This record gives sequence, C-alpha cells and structure tokens, in this order.
Amino acid sequence: MPMKITREIKDSTIIITLDGELDASSSVMLDEELSDPEIMKYSKILVNCKNLNYISSAGLGVFISHLQRFEDAQIKLIFFNMQDKVRNVFEILGLDLLMTIVSSYDEAMTIADE
Amino acid sequence: MNNSIQVSCSKKNLKPIRDFVTEYLNRLDLSDILMNQIVLAVDEICANLIIHANQEDPSKQITLAIHKQKDTLKFEIIDNGVAFQQAKYKEPNIEEHIRIGKKGGVGIALVNRIMDKVEFKSGNSKNTCLLYKKIK
Repeated sequence: MPMKITREIKDSTIIITLDGELDASSSVMLDEELSDPEIMKYSKILVNCKNLNYISSAGLGVFISHLQRFEDAQIKLIFFNMQDKVRNVFEILGLDLLMTIVSSYDEAMTIADE
Repeated sequence: MNNSIQVSCSKKNLKPIRDFVTEYLNRLDLSDILMNQIVLAVDEICANLIIHANQEDPSKQITLAIHKQKDTLKFEIIDNGVAFQQAKYKEPNIEEHIRIGKKGGVGIALVNRIMDKVEFKSGNSKNTCLLYKKIK
C-alpha cells in the first residue's frame, strides 16, 4: 500500500493524516478523500504530513484543484508537520505562499481558530 | 553497478523507478532535499510518458538509464509513444490553476526548475528525454 489516509474529527476540525508517498498512482485516493461531501461539514481541514515521505505534481495537483472550492466554502486548509524535502517541492512552485503550511499541530490549531 | 531499468507503462511502476533512482543516488552522499528533487524530476517525466505518451498501455515499455559524467548526472528516458512537443509547452500559472481547480500540468515546471538541462529528441518512433543535473 503506497498511501494510507486516516481521518480524525475534533469538533469542527477534520484532521487528515497522510502516510506514504503521493504520486501519480496514489494521488487518486487523496482526490477521492477530498471530494467526499462529508468533508465540507467542517470549517477546518488539517493535513498531518509527518509521514508523507514524497509528493509529486499529481499530489500537489489534487490540493491545487480543491483549494478554491474550500476557500469559497470558508473552509481553512492547513498543512502541518511537513518534512523539509516535501516542503521544498511546494516551494519550488511557490505553493508555500499560496497555501498555509505550519510547523506543528498546535500552531495549526491556533491558526485554524483565528 | 546496474544503471538502467525497464518497466511497462503502468502507474504502479513509478514506485520501482523511484526506488531504482534512490538506490543509485544513495552512494553519492547528496542532501535529502537534492536527492528528493532528482528522484521527483525523473518520476515526473516517467509519469508523463506512462500516462500521456503511452496511455498506460502495459504492453509498452519505458527505459531509464543513469550516467555519471564527472560532476553531472545524466538521466536518459526512452519510450516509443507520442512525442512530447516541447515547442508547444507553456509555463503554468499556478494561481490560475487554483482559481479554476485544475488538477494537472505542473510536472514539467518542476522538472525545468530542478534540472540544469532538459532535452527531448524524437525520431524513428523513438523518443528520448535527457535530464542533466550538476551535483557539485
């Protein structure tokens, strides 16, 4: 299994934990996860990237394609615990400036409550 | 040391390709970030060839060979599918992609920004993509 996705609910926040490698093959799973109408019930989506060991353009594309929809619905999408090498891939395309990436869970929760 | 790998055109084979590149790079003492960038660039080209040039047809093959020339790594990726038309390539506008919810089209931008030189050659129903990266 190249990618494992788990959910945890805390009040109005959904925490999605990514475990594995997001490439052209496994990103389909993430797309299905983020397309689930159930997700739109929450005001914050926190993405735990601690065990996300790899991301390719296909994985980035999934986040790019859902971002506006979440923003329109006033749902905050926040990444936390991202490994440096994965963050670097966001930075190469300038996505770190267009998406919210923070270092820790606590910081993610603080921003989410703002 | 084995410097080439051939796989059939299935997205499932991207992982073995990345593992092969990682194993080759492991002996070169590169930083985590640089190693990941190089693996990513090769993965992006192979994904494009598998999905777009060869329509995920498992009866077709792509071949990757890695060569080290002094301080430069050269990746040669060969397939027999539809040739990539570099002349028609346009850099993506990421903010526009976000606005319209576009899923694809940023892979080659990553490759161009990571690698020092990217070449596409076609002829006799064979396409060759060459990626060059200076590592010192």
